[in-house]
Amino acid sequence: MRVPLSWLKEYVDIPVPVDELIERLTLAGLEVVNTEYIGVLPPASIRHQKQMKPGDVVTGPGRIAWDREKIFVGEVVRVEKHPNADRLTLVTVDYGAGEPLTVVTGAPNLKPGDQGQKVAFATAGAVLIDAYADTFKTKKLKPGKIRGILSQGMVCSERELGISDEHEGIIILPQDAPVGTPLADYLGDVVLDIDVTPNMIRIASVIGVAREVAAILEAPLHIPMPTWQTSPPPAEAYADVEIIDDDLCHRYTATIIRDVQVQPAPFWMQHRLKLVGQRPISNLVDITNYVMFEWGQPLHAFDYDKLLARARRIGRDKVKIIVRRAEEGEKFTTLDGIERVLDKDTLMICDEAGPIAIGGVMGGLETEVSETTRHVLLESAAFEFINVRRTAKKLKLPSEAAYRFSRGVPPELNPIGNVRGAQLMAELAGGNIAEGIVEDYPRPQPVVEVPVTPSDVRRWLGIDLTPKEIIGILKRLEFDIRIQEDEQSPEPIIWATVPWYRLDVTITADLLEEIARIYGYDQIPETLMADELPPQHHNWPYELEEKTRDILVAAGLQETINYSLTSIDNYRKTFPENPEAAPGPEKFITLANPLSQERSVLRRCLGVSALENLQRNLRYTDRMAVFEIGLGYRPEAGDGLLPGEIRLLAIALAGPRRPGHWLPGDEEPMDFYDAKGILEVLFQRLGAWEDVTFRAERAHIFGPKAAGIYLKDEKIGNVGEVHPKVREAFDLGDKPVVLAGLRLDPLIPYIQTRKALQPISEFPPVKEDMAFVVDENIPAGVVEGLIRQTGGMYLKAVQLFDVYRGDPIPPGKKSLAFSLTFQSPTKTLTDKDTAKLRKKIMNRLQREIGAVLREA
Amino acid sequence: MSAFPELSQLQTQAQAELAEVKDDRQLEAWRIKWLGRKGLVPAAIKKIGSLPKEERAAYGQAVNQLKQAVQAAYEARKQALREEAMAAELRAEGFDPTLPGRRPQVGKLHPVTATMREIIRIFAHMGFQVYTARDVETDEYNFQLLNFPKGHPAREMQDTFHTTIPDVLLRTHTSPGQIRVMRERYPEPIRVVLPGKCYRYEQVTARSEMMFHQIEGLAVGKHITFADLKGTLQAFVEQLFGEGRRLRFRASHFPFTEPSAEVDVDCILCGGKGCRVCKYTGWLEILGCGMVHPNVLRNGGYDPDEWTGYAFGMGPERIAMLLYGVDDIRYFYSNDVRFLAQF
Ligand SMILES: [Zn+2]
Repeated sequence: MRVPLSWLKEYVDIPVPVDELIERLTLAGLEVVNTEYIGVLPPASIRHQKQMKPGDVVTGPGRIAWDREKIFVGEVVRVEKHPNADRLTLVTVDYGAGEPLTVVTGAPNLKPGDQGQKVAFATAGAVLIDAYADTFKTKKLKPGKIRGILSQGMVCSERELGISDEHEGIIILPQDAPVGTPLADYLGDVVLDIDVTPNMIRIASVIGVAREVAAILEAPLHIPMPTWQTSPPPAEAYADVEIIDDDLCHRYTATIIRDVQVQPAPFWMQHRLKLVGQRPISNLVDITNYVMFEWGQPLHAFDYDKLLARARRIGRDKVKIIVRRAEEGEKFTTLDGIERVLDKDTLMICDEAGPIAIGGVMGGLETEVSETTRHVLLESAAFEFINVRRTAKKLKLPSEAAYRFSRGVPPELNPIGNVRGAQLMAELAGGNIAEGIVEDYPRPQPVVEVPVTPSDVRRWLGIDLTPKEIIGILKRLEFDIRIQEDEQSPEPIIWATVPWYRLDVTITADLLEEIARIYGYDQIPETLMADELPPQHHNWPYELEEKTRDILVAAGLQETINYSLTSIDNYRKTFPENPEAAPGPEKFITLANPLSQERSVLRRCLGVSALENLQRNLRYTDRMAVFEIGLGYRPEAGDGLLPGEIRLLAIALAGPRRPGHWLPGDEEPMDFYDAKGILEVLFQRLGAWEDVTFRAERAHIFGPKAAGIYLKDEKIGNVGEVHPKVREAFDLGDKPVVLAGLRLDPLIPYIQTRKALQPISEFPPVKEDMAFVVDENIPAGVVEGLIRQTGGMYLKAVQLFDVYRGDPIPPGKKSLAFSLTFQSPTKTLTDKDTAKLRKKIMNRLQREIGAVLREA
Repeated sequence: MSAFPELSQLQTQAQAELAEVKDDRQLEAWRIKWLGRKGLVPAAIKKIGSLPKEERAAYGQAVNQLKQAVQAAYEARKQALREEAMAAELRAEGFDPTLPGRRPQVGKLHPVTATMREIIRIFAHMGFQVYTARDVETDEYNFQLLNFPKGHPAREMQDTFHTTIPDVLLRTHTSPGQIRVMRERYPEPIRVVLPGKCYRYEQVTARSEMMFHQIEGLAVGKHITFADLKGTLQAFVEQLFGEGRRLRFRASHFPFTEPSAEVDVDCILCGGKGCRVCKYTGWLEILGCGMVHPNVLRNGGYDPDEWTGYAFGMGPERIAMLLYGVDDIRYFYSNDVRFLAQF
């Protein structure tokens, strides 16, 4: 809400400077998000904040301060033709000092022979906005000859002064503008742009802001209640009003203004509307807008003759306004000329011939006021706010009126708006007002009374206020107070009657907020919680996540966080061999309103995110070693309504293992075993290693070098080198890209227990190497597993250190060489002891997988 | 000359070979050949048994001398090699300490994770534990139970991603977790922080993201006041940004708290004098907070006549941006390694 200070001061005395006013309003919940200084300089503190230097006149985008010594209210003494140019005139202006000056102007709204107009007159040296520059620029006014005639100043347009964009003609001030007054004093203003929170729609009007200013600053408030002069016959003679759907319309009032003259609104009204951001149109339309910005009541003006014509068409001689829901599919042309198809939740203002407006949202083309309007039916009503919001949103018809209706206009405001609007139409459009208001008011606005006690204040806010202090605050906000004291209660109950213009206070907490706000949040002390410490609870999934992050960072991986949103297309790309096997749309949570197709479904796993990430990054870097911990969203794992949210880990590797510089590195691309090694470290550190196996398996996204990750017999993930076609689809170059993905939750039990320390043996370990020749198809893991199972308690470590194929190993076979570490906690192992164990292992391998010991 | 020329020859040969030894490995090979269990010197000693008795004493003496001489030569060579090696080690020609070091590959946390950890750590000291709640939510939890009825204008402050399932949406804030934790913990008092991802239907610009994180705090108890909220946040801000920071509580509106406030900290860059980052106001908005609305307490199962509570929420991205001078929020989820590498 844009609030010109000059307008605000009409209703409230402001005893503080602008900067303090801004601060006080902002702290009290009326956040001043922007301030415009029109013709005047900001106060010193704000000039400092804006880093303005002395002499700077630009006070904001498109705004300047007007030099009090150089720009004045002037009066046109005479206007003559320019002797050398048809389109130019010579204007002589009295600006209150010395001889009147003559200027050359092309302004179309001054014609030879004119005199007496009040204008904004700038003398030489004044800084104005260059109205002809493409971008905002200032210029200093210099006297100069224009077509041979000396021009000694300038009569200014609104654009040159930074008031509005208007540059069609010069600004013509009201007749009573005092000649010689610095323009800054006459027209300079400060416009506060106040953010209106949804609970504060009452401040979407200058009077609403004035009430708040009065309460916050304890300043005197003077709001004139509008009055009018009416003449018979009464309004009832012209129209009836009936609300049918009173759940959506709580009150409807109408007045009749006869014999209006449609013309431009006077300067002061146009000027104020411009300052609040509204374009002036004609006196009738401007008056409805003005009352809305003044009081917060949107009005709608119907052309009464057109309503009457409609009534007569169907044989009635009187207009009847009917407020009802639209019929499903009913058609209606709004005043923007668009035909709209309505549904049965749209509230319509109708007459007996059909709809004439969409309630609270937009009027109809047919009954709109125009230049020829003679009589007006002025509507002032209150609608159910949620319905207005829905309709405005559905029809995409936002407007200042719908904005206010969709947050709630109190029915008690309706007649005030009507009287004020009619009064202005009488004053400014020469109309005369029919007697009284016709209305239907089926749901009177309830009087709300809310209790509060000093102990409520203490319990909720942590401050001790006396009943007197509480009442003082509430009275500043125009609450009526009733005190209930009874024997049982140890303290008085303060009953506060909510002012009619507020719909936001219904419970004690609402009053507590008001008390805190006006008392001042800054006055409330800072205390530490005296309350008992709640029972502590583990959050195992979170603890596992954090532990996993630490392990992977220590293993040299960079953490990433990717969008949870991706596309089904990208999923399909990970099924290079069988796109049909890709999960269909039913396997995804799909956005109804995506910003783009690339981010239209929630991801099921993190692998696709990792590929998208590599795709972006491999343009800048040739090595990526990253991980992400996040959620995968799987409808089939959910509760039927909400999807399962699965905690996942993904690792992605690409590029050289260890880039070299002057020292040799390891430029070999990272491969399957790099990822597997990191996972081994992870499982080891989490204490799960002994239950983990990697099984030769190949998920859709991988080429042949891949494995399934198993925890005992439960599959928890996959690791592998990405299929070359997937690499191609994501534009990842021709070097291996390794991905691992797994579910974290199955690992939770491992962090819930701590392993006891294994005693450290004082006896020497014995290292023995054994190499086995086995069939090519026997995985090393199987061999290692058998060794471990057979080695017994003395076998402390098994390390595969060589895989060999070729002479003298027969084709179809391979040699696997293991280093075994034996150690006893109680004695030094002898050659005999280890020989026995070697034999046992050999026999087992021979029996189960046909292994042959390879002699060194 | 010795009476046993073969022994003299052995000694000469051993010494000649020893002279050729250049390093420890060769020395060990030499030792095994000459002095090892099956070496030439022990073999010569063993020969004693095959000699006639009368020769044994003389041979024994000679072979013993041989053994000692070879052993001594070995020790001397070993010592010489050790000294040579040490001398070589101490020469270090061509050493240049300014050549780049051999760096290990190190990993780092994402700046948002690091910032969230920092925030969570500070609140942990005040007894707040982490509670995790879901991302995909119902309209009921995300809005209705938090006092945003359907059609309520406050919903306009949070443009929502809806899913194709009616009334299922991506949470717009972490606040539905308030209801979930209350319903789970009642009747315990509560002190939790709720970190997580949130989503808003907003065009992605330098200032706004469609996905971001929030950390929400919730305390529910029988003696919790707005003054406690102020004290907790003051303590938090001093821990995060340094002691002596000033806070400014501005009245504001959130449907699920009452009274509600937005909290500014005096600008950490200019100390309140005014700069580009604080838009010359001297203040930086860092969080929103308030007393839990009675309806919300009731929806969580707590009787507002008996219990009170406060809640606060902040954006780790915004805080990371302030702490690290990041001027474009889009960096966080593009995961550009050139960005991530700087933290
Ligand atoms: Zn600053």
